[in-house]
Amino acid sequence: MATYKLNVNGQQREVTVDPSTPLLWVLREDLKMTGTKFGCGISACGACTVHVGGIATRSCIVPVSHVGDRPIVTIEGIGQDAVGRAVQSAWVETDVVQCGYCQSGQIMAAVALLKATSKPTDQNIDESMGGNLCRCGTYPRIREAIKNAAMQLTKGAA
Amino acid sequence: MVASARTAEADVSRRGFLRVSFAAASGLLVSLYLQPSPARIALGQEAAQGPPQPPKVFPPDAFVNIRPDGKIVIQVNRLEFGQGVHTGLPLVLADELDADWKNVVAELAPAADVYKDPLFGIQMVGGSGSIAHSFQQYRELGAKTRAMLVAAAADRWKTTPDKCRTEAGVVHGPSGQSATYAELASEAARKPVPVSVRLKSPAEFKLIGKRVKRIDSPAKCDGSLKFGLDLDVPGMKVAVVAHPPVFGARVKSVNDAEARRVEGVRDVFEIPLAKGSGVAVVADKFWPAKQARNLLKIEWDLAGVEAADTNELWIRYRELGRTPGTVAVSQGDASAIDKKATSDGIMAEYEFPYLAHSPMEPLNTTVRFDGDRAEVWAGSQFQTVDQMAVGEVLGLKPEQVTFHTEMAGGGFGRRAVADSHVQREAATIAKRLRGTPVKLVWTREDDVQGGYYRPMHLHRVEIAIGPDGMPAAWRHVIVGQSITADTPFASFTTKNGVDSTMTEGTADTEYAIPNFQVSVHHTKVNVPVLWWRSVGHTHSAFVMETLMDELALRARMDPFAYRRKLLKPDAKKTRRALDLLDQTTAAWRSKLPHGHALGVSCHQSFGTAVGCAVDVSIENKRPRIHRATVAVDCGLAVNPLSVESQFQAGLSFGLTQLMAKGAITLKNGRVEQRNFDGYVPPYIIDAPIAVDVHIAPSTEAPTGCGEPPVPVISPAVVNALSRLTGKRYRTLPLVSI
Repeated sequence: MATYKLNVNGQQREVTVDPSTPLLWVLREDLKMTGTKFGCGISACGACTVHVGGIATRSCIVPVSHVGDRPIVTIEGIGQDAVGRAVQSAWVETDVVQCGYCQSGQIMAAVALLKATSKPTDQNIDESMGGNLCRCGTYPRIREAIKNAAMQLTKGAA
Repeated sequence: MVASARTAEADVSRRGFLRVSFAAASGLLVSLYLQPSPARIALGQEAAQGPPQPPKVFPPDAFVNIRPDGKIVIQVNRLEFGQGVHTGLPLVLADELDADWKNVVAELAPAADVYKDPLFGIQMVGGSGSIAHSFQQYRELGAKTRAMLVAAAADRWKTTPDKCRTEAGVVHGPSGQSATYAELASEAARKPVPVSVRLKSPAEFKLIGKRVKRIDSPAKCDGSLKFGLDLDVPGMKVAVVAHPPVFGARVKSVNDAEARRVEGVRDVFEIPLAKGSGVAVVADKFWPAKQARNLLKIEWDLAGVEAADTNELWIRYRELGRTPGTVAVSQGDASAIDKKATSDGIMAEYEFPYLAHSPMEPLNTTVRFDGDRAEVWAGSQFQTVDQMAVGEVLGLKPEQVTFHTEMAGGGFGRRAVADSHVQREAATIAKRLRGTPVKLVWTREDDVQGGYYRPMHLHRVEIAIGPDGMPAAWRHVIVGQSITADTPFASFTTKNGVDSTMTEGTADTEYAIPNFQVSVHHTKVNVPVLWWRSVGHTHSAFVMETLMDELALRARMDPFAYRRKLLKPDAKKTRRALDLLDQTTAAWRSKLPHGHALGVSCHQSFGTAVGCAVDVSIENKRPRIHRATVAVDCGLAVNPLSVESQFQAGLSFGLTQLMAKGAITLKNGRVEQRNFDGYVPPYIIDAPIAVDVHIAPSTEAPTGCGEPPVPVISPAVVNALSRLTGKRYRTLPLVSI
């Protein structure tokens, strides 16, 4: 067991866990933030995507001991960010979700994409969202919502 | 239990009666108790006869609760796992009630008699029946509740109900009086429940038939919605189970010394499973439980356990396919094929692998056992069945088991299991932990390797083609495990040795084939199988619709014209869907870019007819679906936005079986795939880039939309590929093109 100080959604948190514990389970079980989901445990589905130091990261394979002082942003905190807010609102307006279980990860991946590329092409979307699985298959609406969010953000910036 | 100040009951229909009560703390509560349905599935204790009994459930025991704060809480009588019923049924009730939609709150109802499916007689989601079966029920509930509120208002204003009108949660009187539903709730509870009530005409609908957004969206977009796996009950422990490497194997010996040394591990013990036995590890949290499971040294007893092997099964299935099976349907004389030369016909053998459902939320159930009662939290498609199973394991009656329905992250049939193996596992562990709640978590590996797959199937079809290019005779043999064999559902699905969940879509084809025979071989294999979204149609539509395309090409006919010519005159819905598809694709399909091809299919399942057309090219040796158009006849589309969603997304679920790694295979009884690296469902690159959905206008009763998207897509894509490559694709998964 070891104690770690984590910066989660702008707040300092402290946890005492086994160093091998993936960030995913620290968030879910120690910090009781269950918006980040467990889907596969091998970084193959993207349901656990969070931002670590601004980079979309699969939290299921990152041991808490590797996080260091890099800030962590989860689905619970992404609404504090303008791009995050725009994506969440586009998701609701486009009626993207079905079962909804993968959507925290989809939204976190989409926010990372839009922060890097303000007007993503279909190919950009395929590449950035390519590792996020949705068994319901909401992909066409995910694509549409990303474009809607991009449009809203461009309008807001103009 | 909420103490009811006043109670009024009245017979409202032959099916059941309404129970209305008022409690100052809670407002107006309306429940509808259903009598056992004649179509109920025989499930042992379920056979109880006699007058309907008020269910012994914890509150709220009502469908509608008009709260003093103006909120209208509507109980949804089935699981929400993506299909949209958590919005769909409340909007139906709210429309007839004339409620203000923004005040409507939906809750998933716990297990209770009152929430049983009106047709199936158990509380469940299946057969795409959520809206189809409960549409009328929820309309009546809304209309009757509204009538009582109006009667109360009329009394208050010394007028008659016909002089009052309702709008957005308010009753208006003839002289400008008005009162909100919340204000009238206590007086309404004293009114008798109307025996019959006028339902709205379609022209009066304010929500039904309109594009209504999902009410669970915001909570699913900010991480606040709790799924079953997110539960955190005070004092809860987490359990994982080491399952046998071969289905049904038993633990011979276990060395758990290292596992017990993992900090946070509380207990390690052997448990019986639905088949065989396993080792449960209970810990404070998931991670130590999983680490400890990795450290278990288990010797398994494989004696007497069949080691299924996919390659050997195919050899057996191919042999069986060459012999006639138990006849499912026989019209005319299919043996006419034997008199024809092979040049006049088609002989086609199709192979479909086992498929895992792999819903995004891994399977889980939380149970607390307190000796004389238990509490369960589960995302269940089968509340009635699972509640009974937990009771059986714990020695309790179903009513001693409080069963909460949790939001589920997908399911596709995987949460509707006749043997309730996940709930039994959780209950078995909870029994030992008495007093301590325990959450059983299946990892993705447990899920991929855990069985309950869409069965493997072989179809062998021989067709004699007539001089007009149409099939003159058709002989069809299907080989595969029966999904319902050895379950209480068999009496419902299986007649004369034929499980209709395997022959649906072939034996009842809407194509007019004069000499037609379908027969089946039901195999016994030591691999648990289960319904996978759209069940038999997953394979039957693929066979029928790829053959239709092949026949049309041979006859040098347009795929629309060929199907139209062959459809039976009474296939009205399918014809309508096909015509609508023809119209809505005419513009784009006439100008396909070079290297692209059109693929078409149509199929009716669960009462809904669907036509599908795709624009496909080959990129990186895989099909790239640039566009899909879907035309649907689902009767009245209760929420067209939701119908559109189901079709846009459901196509991707159907594409699972075209993925290069879209198969579960076994060697020496062991499943060869472990996780999403070996069993790879469709990602965004594999899905259609855009899907446009066209709904045929209809005032007929609504039919289901959960499953019908799935069957049409893979034949449509493969038909396009065949046009590009000239090859036929009869073996799935589509490993190469």
